[in-house]
Amino acid sequence: MIKHEQIEKNVGLLFILTLFVILWGGLLEIVPLFFQKSTTEPIKGVEPYSAVRLAGRDVYIREGCYNCHSQMIRPFRAETERYGHYSVAGESVYDHPFQWGSKRTGPDLARVGGRYSDEWQLAHLMNPRDVVPESNMPAFAFLANTKAKDTVAIDIEEKMKVLRGFANARKIPTYSDADIKGARAAIGDMTEMEVLIAYLQGLGTALGTMK
Amino acid sequence: MSDFVNDFWNMYVIVIVLASILACAVLLIVQGKATFTPGKTMGHVWDETLEEYNNPMPKWWSWLFVITVVFSLGYLVLFPGLGKFPGMLKWSAVGQYEQEVQKMDATVKPLFDKYLAMDIPAVANDKLAMEMGKRLFLTYCMQCHGADGRGAKGFPNLTDGDWLYGGTPEKIKETIAGGRQGAMPSHEALGAETIKDLANYVRSLSAQSNVDVARVERGKEAFLNGDCIACHTPEATGNQDVGAPNLTDKIWLYGSSEATVVETITKGRQNKMPAWHEFLGDGKIHLLTAYVYSLSQGGSK
Repeated sequence: MIKHEQIEKNVGLLFILTLFVILWGGLLEIVPLFFQKSTTEPIKGVEPYSAVRLAGRDVYIREGCYNCHSQMIRPFRAETERYGHYSVAGESVYDHPFQWGSKRTGPDLARVGGRYSDEWQLAHLMNPRDVVPESNMPAFAFLANTKAKDTVAIDIEEKMKVLRGFANARKIPTYSDADIKGARAAIGDMTEMEVLIAYLQGLGTALGTMK
Repeated sequence: MSDFVNDFWNMYVIVIVLASILACAVLLIVQGKATFTPGKTMGHVWDETLEEYNNPMPKWWSWLFVITVVFSLGYLVLFPGLGKFPGMLKWSAVGQYEQEVQKMDATVKPLFDKYLAMDIPAVANDKLAMEMGKRLFLTYCMQCHGADGRGAKGFPNLTDGDWLYGGTPEKIKETIAGGRQGAMPSHEALGAETIKDLANYVRSLSAQSNVDVARVERGKEAFLNGDCIACHTPEATGNQDVGAPNLTDKIWLYGSSEATVVETITKGRQNKMPAWHEFLGDGKIHLLTAYVYSLSQGGSK
């Protein structure tokens, strides 16, 4: 039997045992999630991000959209009335990292895809107050001045290869060589604004606009 | 939801959870046996004189731990937690959500049914219905059409009585339920000069200022001989069947300046009204139709 004194006087042992105590809950609450179908397999209609949307997603992350916008509709009536069907884990399997967010200064975006027209998204990102006078969202007009291929898509093939590795490890559908080869051509001369709108317009559409 | 890839993970969760609770119970029992004996210490000394008695925990404290153990076992019997076992109460987050929705649906259904049985103008005259319609409008429509329904550049003003696709109750409902897709094509091929002529002609129809008379003449010819008349008609009064606006009034969706009209003709306009039927359902769409109808009739009464 280990005595108090042995643990208290041996920093290495104290460290390992403390770590074990802290990890114990994680072993139970986190690790089994890696082995659940509902959390690791895409639901019907969810596909890997196209090159264009993947670039748009990187604009979303770079600009810190997740600081004010969640992508997580909770299963409460008050939320589904406004945003649509509650989010399910199988929608996020291609998200590395996921964009669930933790705070809503602006509305949830989990199902914003198709909710507004491309023109609305453009007008709103150029200057949110042009369409929603009460909005306190910053304007992102500068996104229209930069080509995606010079910034977020500069290493698009490598990004897709990394994501393919993740998907292959879980044996879920992923990019083909042709997808990766055609990535640069698909993005072409699109601006950061255009790829971001493409990303937004695809959000949450797998479950449609149903409630 | 527990749909593990194999049964190992089911057992993994069950064994660790129960072992942890058991360990807590054992620790409680062992530690409960500690007794205070004057003079007897734990046997180690720090900083020359610092020693430690083996005092038992206060009773209220150890009872809290006992309650924790009992509570956790009770919880695991009633609620999901032990691997695949769903718990005796069969509770789930989704189940609770669906119950919540059903309860509210049952409450509001008679209300919606009552209005669904009335025609739109009658609903538009119902004060309570318009209160509901307004709230719905502020939730789903104001982002584009504005809180007051007056729209913005590219997003129609719903209060002016001018309609792209028609302002009868049936047409408004059709627009909300099924959405609309604007289809003004690009006319870049006409060349910059002809487009400028057309812009001047179109602007002259609603008596805009700074119109170049020579261009108006040439623009009229281009308008009547081009494909403009296919949608906007030779009189330029538009066609609500295809959502082509009347060009002879002073209402401009994108703006009436020459530069804006030139942009419209050059690049075309493909704005879109999303379809709402799948998301909102009949009842809400009926109320929204009545609310929008009332806006165009001079506001809700």
